[in-house]
Amino acid sequence: MIELKHIRKVFNEGLPNEYIAIHDLSLDIAAHQVTVLKGPSGSGKTTLLSLLGCMARPTAGRIMLAGREITSLPERFLTHIRRQTFGFIFQQYNLLKGISVIENVMLPAYPLGEPFSPLKQQAVKLLELFNLAHKAAAKVEWLSGGEAQRVAIARALVNHPAVIIADEPTAHLDTRLSREFMDIMGDFKAQGKTILIASHDPMVHESEVADRVVQMRDGRIIDAGVS
Amino acid sequence: MTLRKSDVFLLLTVSGMVLLAAILLQAHIVARGDLPFVRQEAEVVKNLGLTDLCLSTEARYTRHLSQADWHAAFQSHPMALDHFPSGSILGPPETLKTPHD
Amino acid sequence: MIKSIEKQRNFIDFTLSSLWRRKGKNLALVMVYTLVVFSLASVMFFTQALKNEASLILEGAPEIIVQKLVAGRHDLIPLAYVQRLKAIRGVEDVKGRHWGYYFDPIGRATYTIMTTGAMSLNDNEIAVGAGISRVRQVFRGNTLLLRTFDGRPTSFLIKGVLSPESELLSSDLILMSATGFSRLFGVSPEVATDLAVTVLNKKEIPTIAAKIVDKNPDTRAITRNEIIRTYDAVFDWRGGIMIAILAGAVLAFLIFAWDKAAGLSAEEKREIGILKAIGWETADVLQMKFWEGMIVSLSSFLLGVILAYFHIFYGSATLFAPVLKGWATLYPDFRLTPFISGYQLAILFCFTVLPYTVATILPSWRAATIDPDVIMRT
Repeated sequence: MIELKHIRKVFNEGLPNEYIAIHDLSLDIAAHQVTVLKGPSGSGKTTLLSLLGCMARPTAGRIMLAGREITSLPERFLTHIRRQTFGFIFQQYNLLKGISVIENVMLPAYPLGEPFSPLKQQAVKLLELFNLAHKAAAKVEWLSGGEAQRVAIARALVNHPAVIIADEPTAHLDTRLSREFMDIMGDFKAQGKTILIASHDPMVHESEVADRVVQMRDGRIIDAGVS
Repeated sequence: MTLRKSDVFLLLTVSGMVLLAAILLQAHIVARGDLPFVRQEAEVVKNLGLTDLCLSTEARYTRHLSQADWHAAFQSHPMALDHFPSGSILGPPETLKTPHD
Repeated sequence: MIKSIEKQRNFIDFTLSSLWRRKGKNLALVMVYTLVVFSLASVMFFTQALKNEASLILEGAPEIIVQKLVAGRHDLIPLAYVQRLKAIRGVEDVKGRHWGYYFDPIGRATYTIMTTGAMSLNDNEIAVGAGISRVRQVFRGNTLLLRTFDGRPTSFLIKGVLSPESELLSSDLILMSATGFSRLFGVSPEVATDLAVTVLNKKEIPTIAAKIVDKNPDTRAITRNEIIRTYDAVFDWRGGIMIAILAGAVLAFLIFAWDKAAGLSAEEKREIGILKAIGWETADVLQMKFWEGMIVSLSSFLLGVILAYFHIFYGSATLFAPVLKGWATLYPDFRLTPFISGYQLAILFCFTVLPYTVATILPSWRAATIDPDVIMRT
């Protein structure tokens, strides 16, 4: 589904603080599977996620999405594709404080200009899925860690993405909630979605939900985990 | 159907603009209605041979603003008007209002 | 089309939620802003309406007024000048005007005393302006005591009070007969205060005024146009002083608004980063910021202008009148004819709504162009 060919990502190129996050990496991500990127901090997992999710452009190399090259598309088209294809769950959740739960969930769809009622209904349905419908009007800062993450997941789903990307999703969760998270991912896989998770948590990469584990270190893949 | 916040805002704003338009219209109508009065006043001006409105009875030029002297204490130029600015903001102290005390 | 309308409605929804987070501060902002617009609009409406009224009313003023100057000061003019002026070609008629000032210690105001042919008044009858009637509480049938030039108190019978509709012109007037005038001021019947000249061809007024002064170098001539232009200038200028003061306030306010927006806090930058990350484009962020500025400034503008209108034309401009009218103890009670133009409103709009909206968008420009993946890296 997503193919990375000889990707290289350098930050601050040419400047004194130049940093090579990813060296010559090639990877094919299969659809309808849960792929986990495993590795210590600084291994380039997050950068790779952002490249896979069309949030950043590589310094060199090509990226193909469903057979179509997207590396050199202008920002507008890239954002358009990203909006429709990917749903992101960030490590810090990144919900907007002071704004209600339901509005946070609907935010990614606001620029699309779709009719409001159906959008709101869809958001409510998503919250119901996570047993949070009763907190729809609450401000996000009043939620517990687990609840906040579920709101973040709901938000990632509002545009019906084909791919879900999660960055260190279990970092702030206890064992029970971590297991719950992986179960939710399993449900999405069953619905036909593609899942990409970056994590150094064994609860994630050793979970039976994970179909493939890619090991990274220092911006390179050391084990492609192809089964 | 519950109103969205943006609906409330748009409703209020549009009402405001409509009100403004109504005010403009009303001002126009009232002004037209006032025309006979204005003409009457122009008649008074003509009959009495007046040259000024009576807006400044205590100014240096008293009520004849248009016939002020060409020289005055607080003028920048012989053809300019008096304009000591505080005159319009502060009145004179009480002691100055009663002469010869 | 529908999509872009829906999109804007969504942005407005979000912006309202966002502004509501600090509702105290933002409501205070709107209030101050409304006050600034209210002040500016009030001044503008008032001065423009007065200017308009003056130019309409004074159309009836004498075409040319000729005054004698002695040692640079206005002096009484001998009636002999009448024949001299009548001899000038183009002059239709020359009439003497008799008027003077009288300071009344009881009313503590200066009245203008005029003779008139428009009313028939006996030697001891007068007509008083409504303002005088108010200040001295005198009405038709009462007597008013005036002191003559040689100190003798003389009693005058009030034949009538001048109409309240003409207060803007006549509030401070006392009309009396020529004899009464002579007795009061001790001026000889051979002189007038000044001369009113009527001209056959209105287009000739400036030429004739020039001729008059040329032939009589000890006079000055004031044309009707100059009178009207004086009022135009006065009301603009007086409004100008107020506007200068208010411009200072507006400027300070804008600097504050810019400062608040320009120092985009880390929190605000982060939020823009989040929006970019969840799929908002740079243009979307900027449109949202546009609404942020527009919501505050448009609401304040509408509220301020509407309140100003009612304040000036229905509330007698209570807050501003003393400053703008200035320099009068005896002030006419008059209703101002409303005069607003789309032009005025457009200027007001440009001075208030535009700068604020720009001050909200511009500083966010940089933050809006942030790469979407930045939020993941921090």
